[in-house]
Amino acid sequence: MRHSGVWILAEQQGGRVQRISHELLTRGRALADKRGCELAAVIFGNRIDAADLSELIDRGADRVIAMESPRLEHFLVEPYAACLLKLLADRRPEIVIAGATTTGRTLMPYVAILAHAGLTADCTELDIEAGTGNLLQTRPAIGGNILATIKTPRHRPQMATVRPRSTRPADRAPGRKGQIERLAAPADLPPSRVRRVDFVPSADEHGLQDADAVVAVGRGIKKADNLPVARKLADALGAALGATRDVVDRGWLSYPHQIGLSGKTVTPRLYVALGVSGSIQHLAGMQTAETIVAVNTDPDAQIFHVADFGIVGSLFDVAPALTAKLRAAQGKPGGEESK
Amino acid sequence: MRIVVPIKQVPETNAVRMDEATGTMIREGVEAIINPLDLYAIEAAIRLREAHGGEVTAVSMGPPKAMTALREAMAMGCDSAVLLSDKAFAGSDTWATSYVLSAAVRRMGEFDLVLCGERATDGDTGQVGPGIAAFLGLPVVSYVSRIESVADGRCRMHRLVEDGYEVLEADLPCVLTVVKEISDPRLPTLRGKQKAKRADVPVWTAGDLDVEPSKLGLEGSPTRVVKIFRPSVARKCEKLLAADETSVATAADRVVEFLQTRELI
Repeated sequence: MRHSGVWILAEQQGGRVQRISHELLTRGRALADKRGCELAAVIFGNRIDAADLSELIDRGADRVIAMESPRLEHFLVEPYAACLLKLLADRRPEIVIAGATTTGRTLMPYVAILAHAGLTADCTELDIEAGTGNLLQTRPAIGGNILATIKTPRHRPQMATVRPRSTRPADRAPGRKGQIERLAAPADLPPSRVRRVDFVPSADEHGLQDADAVVAVGRGIKKADNLPVARKLADALGAALGATRDVVDRGWLSYPHQIGLSGKTVTPRLYVALGVSGSIQHLAGMQTAETIVAVNTDPDAQIFHVADFGIVGSLFDVAPALTAKLRAAQGKPGGEESK
Repeated sequence: MRIVVPIKQVPETNAVRMDEATGTMIREGVEAIINPLDLYAIEAAIRLREAHGGEVTAVSMGPPKAMTALREAMAMGCDSAVLLSDKAFAGSDTWATSYVLSAAVRRMGEFDLVLCGERATDGDTGQVGPGIAAFLGLPVVSYVSRIESVADGRCRMHRLVEDGYEVLEADLPCVLTVVKEISDPRLPTLRGKQKAKRADVPVWTAGDLDVEPSKLGLEGSPTRVVKIFRPSVARKCEKLLAADETSVATAADRVVEFLQTRELI
């Protein structure tokens, strides 16, 4: 049997399908159309919301394969890998795409080894090679300074992860036709040697990577006491607060705020950099943002090389002015606390 | 406890230049260091040994000069190190790299933990940690931010995920990949450096490992790099000066307009 079909690995939390799944459908649909094959959304969980599963069809899947068991409620590498490997062996897809989430970036490399498949992480572009039908996977390399296009000529499936928020969710076309299969997990699922015993939600400013807008502070913020200037602007933009390594190393913000090679990678629609010089290590974590606005006193700061809009000036002047203008534009009390 | 820490030597800077004619990277003249994210794994391993006794072994696959990285790891406090170096390993992707590293871990005998950095700053894939686990037939816990306890053959830890921390308990042996939050890496001491300099670090080739030649290096790698190119990110930056009250106000107005044009607000 030859390999055929494009799969995306949808994700759920508490039985609700997550946004990354819809983003993956955008990628998957384009590939399946080019390849002239079926697009399937594969999802593991427990008691997954039925309407959410039909929504995957509405948003472009031709088939939904939902595998359910209480043991699949939360991601654990062994049961998830066993289920995915079984589906891969039974159905032989040609391409499998997952989100570069903490789940995707763990499950995919684990499964790729056992399936002897090629896997490319954090692809920014996916395409089908004319003639051969191979998946062309383009990703940043060496800290994002160069791009590499990678293919997997002899192994199937071809596997890739793409960064969350690097694609728009696929549009909904209610009434689209497709098949939903709800399957029980294999009876011989091996016991997991890792158990989830608790969960501690992030206290505040979680979801930096999920945020549509990010306001990031660099050393130019000078001290922790000055952070409200940035927080107010972030509030006005509905943005999450991020920071450079310098700021985190000085203890002004905690590590989960760190953006860059040694922190998080973000690809928001809007990135506002306040007092950020733009070291390579920081740029690697944010330069794929759709729009970048930078405020820095140094006209030669590196950050301006990747910015779409730059203001040479003090963030302590510009950020409050911008906050006030945004509040005014939104019809809210200018510059004042609106809560 | 027996802990193995796989490490990688990477270029010190990411400002690696490209040979435009050949499309290859120019690595000469760039200093090589231990992958900064591996330092956290080394530190976490040393702390576990300090608390529970045992031995920490650093292992690296790379060219002969990767020996420097291993001696540095020993200077920090690793008890021993092994270099995996063979022309047959050249051109390995993450599949073939995980294969060789897992074969080396197997050869070392019994162990409790394999502790990896989250990813290397040059390749940036984060695939080798989970890959080693898969080859060893062990589970992997990725993004570990804190090791709470190790007792009775179990490890209790926190895993940093998108919206918080999972508290997980794993049977040993197990493979972990750790994030920066786990520890502050110590600096090598002078005594450590001297000890590391004198240490006998064995070099294992393919012949020393239980591996199939067809699964090594470029030949054993499912993926192929077909093109390397410079991204066309040349953003056209509209720059404004905001030096006084008027120009600050003008600049703020222009940013709001700009954001409105792009439908960002």
